[in-house]
Amino acid sequence: MAGLFIDIKVAAEVAKNPETARKLEEVCPVGIFAAREDGVEIVDDNLDECTLCDLCLAAAPSGSIEIIKLYEA
Amino acid sequence: MRFYEYEAKALFRKHGLPLGAGEVVNSAADARAAFGRLAGPAVLKSQVLSGGRMKAGAVKFADSADEAAAHFDAILPIVVKGESARSILIEEKSPVAQEYFVAITWDGRAKQPVLVFSDMGGIDIEEVAEKHPDHVSKTHFSSILPLTPRIAKEAIGATGVGGSALNRLTPVVFELMKIFLKYDLTLAEINPLARLENGQFIVLDGHIDMEAEARGEHKALLDELGIGDDETRQARPPTEFELAGARVNAVDHRGVAGNVVEFDGNLGLVIGAGGGSLTLFDAVRNHGGKPANYCEIGGNPSVGKAKELTKLILSKPGVEKIAVMMNVVSNTRVDIVARGVVKGCIEAGKDPAETIAIFRIPGAWEDEGFKILEKYGVEYCDRSVSMYDAAGRAVAKMA
Repeated sequence: MAGLFIDIKVAAEVAKNPETARKLEEVCPVGIFAAREDGVEIVDDNLDECTLCDLCLAAAPSGSIEIIKLYEA
Repeated sequence: MRFYEYEAKALFRKHGLPLGAGEVVNSAADARAAFGRLAGPAVLKSQVLSGGRMKAGAVKFADSADEAAAHFDAILPIVVKGESARSILIEEKSPVAQEYFVAITWDGRAKQPVLVFSDMGGIDIEEVAEKHPDHVSKTHFSSILPLTPRIAKEAIGATGVGGSALNRLTPVVFELMKIFLKYDLTLAEINPLARLENGQFIVLDGHIDMEAEARGEHKALLDELGIGDDETRQARPPTEFELAGARVNAVDHRGVAGNVVEFDGNLGLVIGAGGGSLTLFDAVRNHGGKPANYCEIGGNPSVGKAKELTKLILSKPGVEKIAVMMNVVSNTRVDIVARGVVKGCIEAGKDPAETIAIFRIPGAWEDEGFKILEKYGVEYCDRSVSMYDAAGRAVAKMA
């Protein structure tokens, strides 16, 4: 189930990078990112647990990840 | 968590407190055999965690082995305040000359343990305090500074006890004080503490409550007493609702969203924060509200836990609204709780705006939390509204 409050977009070229995927999985404290062989997968069930810590923003190339607060839309 | 009488006595015995001979028995045949090992007449007592055994007929005296066996069969099926007997304790019947009361508990206001002593034991201590206040002493003592027997001696002496009795009671009371602190107890009580006709002092009945959070610290003792990790040991068995609350809390390690206690009201409570639960529960009642439950949230529980707790409370028959209230929070995030309760309402098929009577959690990340609440039309307030007034607003919506 997609998040009710939070959505996260990962730029296509970054989403397919296994190394970035591994970093994202490692830094996210609530398990939103899962590293797969072909890149990163967003774990929808955990999206609403996002603590807005921005560690994923720091782990990925600048501008490649967008955290969307759906309640501000 | 409460101890059965036989466990409390095992703890007392371990620390050298004087006790009469006795055994725990689980069959009439065992009761008959145990009677034979005692020196004379016996008393058989149902082992339940609640009080009121005597009134329920679950305490009986036996003058023979046959009578002991018959009493076992009579007592075992008796349900005391909804609780079945775990076993039966058979002990020597002691010829009592005088009964005393001694208990140690925490005084929340004084933030210290308080030792309560009376030379009129065996009966309700509140009644003694009301009718014979000069026979009850209350003595606070430090849980940090070294204990000395002088504290116990002064407490006993304050009720007029002197001479030999004072000298013989002092080590018993002093030991109980040490037990209280050593095992993180919330109650250590001996009632009655009896002076026998031969001048000996013995513990006739005892009550022990241990702080539930201290169970891990005292696992060795609990193992020694045979108290399993899965035994909640509350004053009554947990309801299905309460067990479900414990399961919610166990979902992950983040924060607390549990300690659910079921009540029969119609206003669900999602409450917490450093004593806030108790304050808010009382505030709701003071405004004439009827809580459906008590609970504790804090320590920044996950959205999932707050959501599941909300769904659980809303699943309770008769609960149409919930009040989400905490003291000012620092280590719990307002937006995380807001997400949890709003999501819980939605997944329960309810409109958050109609279902959340009030959301009063000010503190960390409140601006973010308030955005969520505005989006879903939930009434909220910040710290400028007291917990008491917030509870009043919630109760007003139940009319």
